[in-house]
Amino acid sequence: MKVNIEINGRATAEEVEDRTLLVHYIRDVVGLTGTNVGCDTTSCGACTVLLDGESVKSCTMLAAQADGHAVTTVEGLGANGELHPVQRAFREQHGLQCGFCTPGMMMASVSLLNENPKPSRDEVRAALEGNLCRCTGYHNIVSAVMDASVQEVEG
Amino acid sequence: MIPAAFTYRRASTVDEALALLAQHGDDAKLLAGGHSLLPLMKLRFAAPEILIDMADVADLRYVRLDGDRVRIGALTRYHDLQHDGILLEHARLVAHAAGVVGDPQIRHRGTIGGSVAHADPAADVPAALLASDATLVIAGPSGSREVPIGGFFQGPFTTTLGADELLTEIVVPSKASQGWGFEKFTRRAIDWAIVGVAAVGGSVALINMAGTPIRAKAVEAALADGASIEDAAALTAEGTSPVDEAHAGAEYRKHLARVLTARALEQVAGRIPAGLA
Repeated sequence: MKVNIEINGRATAEEVEDRTLLVHYIRDVVGLTGTNVGCDTTSCGACTVLLDGESVKSCTMLAAQADGHAVTTVEGLGANGELHPVQRAFREQHGLQCGFCTPGMMMASVSLLNENPKPSRDEVRAALEGNLCRCTGYHNIVSAVMDASVQEVEG
Repeated sequence: MIPAAFTYRRASTVDEALALLAQHGDDAKLLAGGHSLLPLMKLRFAAPEILIDMADVADLRYVRLDGDRVRIGALTRYHDLQHDGILLEHARLVAHAAGVVGDPQIRHRGTIGGSVAHADPAADVPAALLASDATLVIAGPSGSREVPIGGFFQGPFTTTLGADELLTEIVVPSKASQGWGFEKFTRRAIDWAIVGVAAVGGSVALINMAGTPIRAKAVEAALADGASIEDAAALTAEGTSPVDEAHAGAEYRKHLARVLTARALEQVAGRIPAGLA
């Protein structure tokens, strides 16, 4: 089928198999490989992207379901050569170790801050329950989200 | 993992979805949020030939107060339920249960109707609806029928929903004046409940203690007779048949059910603020 999906503000229109997963459309068809595939079972959150501004796991959606909708990936966060505040804060607070979970962590964090611009550390932890960091670098990830929300890092 | 090949169709109305179901019968499956069905298809446990996406049927996404009842469209997402002002006043148990399903990403996609129709005995929302005496509205080729949720579940992933029918609405009596409690025990944050309890007023429903969500009838009868929370909760395992497997044995699950029921009943009584445990 032909799908029309806006990705990072750019219209894409491609012929795909009906069973194509959104994450494979993003990575293999459109060629944006910032979005990782981790567990492939809706658990780890590495493949998190925004669908119409809300976080979703792109391994558990069909490209067909995103037809007519807008997707934002990690490549779409920064603009005009400037890092997004969440990207800047992850760098400042060292909110990553190996980096594999980072794109998903940042997209889940952006979705959280859209809904709750001033979360507490506990609320950040709860909001990132669907994103796993196998380096267990959670402390600095939570600090990065606090920093991105212009709050005291240590609450 | 990639699903077996299928044909994707999008229905724009309930009638269009019913017509597609009538045409394709058992070869077709309805797709709501897809967070139960797509994982099963990726594992090839399910391989429908036709997938009917309900996402464009926007008029099945609502929460409305109708007298002393709350009407919930089947395609309303967990995320919308957990923040809905009407539910927070009239059916806090349902709003709370929706807010503890999976994780935020899952709650942005998963729907109340999808969860009920999927009928996983470990699911949170169906038990909350069972404790709330919900009624289901089901559309079919010959019109609409209503069934009490207690008569809907037949076994794991099995319901009385016909292959040519679809769930359109969940109706919950207002419980604005009643205390509520909810407890579940999971191995990791986003796991399915090993055991859970949903309680409102004198009604208690158990998650994952049988092939379907079930009411803890012995507990309810004891409460009605004026028993203490401790004495009533001790009866929780009566009539249950939990699975016995590596993560948790049946006796352990029965123990958990008694403990969690006591906690949920303390929340109902207001001695522990609900939702904080």
